[in-house]
Amino acid sequence: MNQTSVLERQRVGQSGAGRIDIDHLTIRLGEGVQAFDAVQDVSLSIAPGEFVCVLGPSGCGKSTLLGGLAGHWHASSGHLRVDGADVAGPHPDRGLVFQHHTLFPWRRVLDNVAFGLKMKGVARREREARAREMLALVGLEGFESRYPVQLSGGMQQRVEIARVLINQPRVILMDEPFGALDAQTRLRMQELLLEVWRCVGTTIVFITHDIDEALFLADRIVVMSPRPGRIIDEIPVDFARPRHADLVTSPRFTQLKRHCLALLHPHANIVPLDRLSPLGPNNN
Amino acid sequence: MASTLNKLPGASRLVAGLLSLAVCVVAWHWVTTRHIDLGLVTFRNVPTPADVVAAAVDLATSPKLGQHLGASVGRVFAGFIGAAVAGIGLGLAIGRSRRLEHVLLPPLEVLRPIPAVAWIPLAILMFPSSELSMVFITFIGALFPILLNTIHGVEGVDQRLVASARSLGAGRGRVFTEVILPGAAPGIVTGLAIGMGTAWFCLVTAEMISGQFGIGYYTWASYTIQNYPEIVVGMLLIGAIGMGSSLLVKGAGNLFLPWYHLQRRKS
Repeated sequence: MNQTSVLERQRVGQSGAGRIDIDHLTIRLGEGVQAFDAVQDVSLSIAPGEFVCVLGPSGCGKSTLLGGLAGHWHASSGHLRVDGADVAGPHPDRGLVFQHHTLFPWRRVLDNVAFGLKMKGVARREREARAREMLALVGLEGFESRYPVQLSGGMQQRVEIARVLINQPRVILMDEPFGALDAQTRLRMQELLLEVWRCVGTTIVFITHDIDEALFLADRIVVMSPRPGRIIDEIPVDFARPRHADLVTSPRFTQLKRHCLALLHPHANIVPLDRLSPLGPNNN
Repeated sequence: MASTLNKLPGASRLVAGLLSLAVCVVAWHWVTTRHIDLGLVTFRNVPTPADVVAAAVDLATSPKLGQHLGASVGRVFAGFIGAAVAGIGLGLAIGRSRRLEHVLLPPLEVLRPIPAVAWIPLAILMFPSSELSMVFITFIGALFPILLNTIHGVEGVDQRLVASARSLGAGRGRVFTEVILPGAAPGIVTGLAIGMGTAWFCLVTAEMISGQFGIGYYTWASYTIQNYPEIVVGMLLIGAIGMGSSLLVKGAGNLFLPWYHLQRRKS
């Protein structure tokens, strides 16, 4: 694969871009008596190129936190900064990947991936060439002229990732991106994501409620409590990279998993809350 | 029973359909040649299938067919295109802007339940030319299906797609052209196809009241001059053209929406 040109352009992590500073952030959702703090007094710093998983039960506000980073929510109090600049709204520097793909059903795969470049005014020939490179990076050569509906769930998420990557984002924000996939596909996607991340070096904030997934992917796991969402623990994950699927059977993995389980399920009979999306309630 | 019918292959379905149509024509032939009189309804003056075919051949070979068709098609297209421009334009604006919705929707909601046919007397008073008043009736008939389906289409666009487009660098204008318009397109096409059908329906009624050419006029005039077979010819013509043009609009729309077709086939 001739990907050196892609990789050179994509290695933003090494240039030191992609630092995230969250400072006493509170995000209040809803109106009047129904208003509640989805995220409460969260402070967190993420280094450029770091892979952070935010782990928490459904409805704990982790997706709202991600929506805030993406620029779809404003801080009710506190600050959200990326590379020192306040997050003021959505921006291609902060790529967002949802649980269910948001590819445009009316655009072919290639045009979906090239969308960000089209918005930047890049000429068709060049943006298509770069979209092809991105599709190769996620292993989807030969599917350029399909429509999204003609792909499997895993392929759709790969296109989604390629579409975000083409903008050379400083940060990739992922909201349970593999949550709707079957176990086999999910594992393959996790390995693919690590491989892509190794190439591009972008900061990744990855939301999940799957402990195995968080442990397998992350440099660091941030555990959030049920609503109001607060950070209750931070767990460094120091497994050697590249990681492979057999990691999940190691004793150290099991030990960390037990620790996470204890944090997530202090009482066995908690009523699960509705899932919140980065765009708020009822927007799954 | 239903399941075996559904499983019939294409050819036998065609045969079943043709047979059923043939039975209807035979029944029609029987009640009209026997001059069946059931008291409540009588077939004494209803033309027989053979008379209707003869009348249809007559019309097909006379120059009048072109004049009638031309007049009707012209009116429908004028009204339909006007309704498409107004309906899609207003629908996009209302679907996109809460403020415009609050201002524009109430008067439209008041007018909507009024059937286009009920506008005929007022249309005659409002427009000095009867031609314009007929076009106006088709316009009213086509406007509301197009408007409502456009609003529905715009409001049905997945908000996550809008959020995604913004995250990928699209501003307000690009969100509109790249997400809202294509997302609402299937709804707009549905509205146009329904609007085309209602435009014909309304036109024919309008032509029965005023007009000198046109298929509606032809149908009604055949009654007044007691050319009964021609009434049925007119009826069948109206049905065929109304359905045909509706299918034409739908087909043209589908050409532009290959993705929508794929999606529907899958679900």
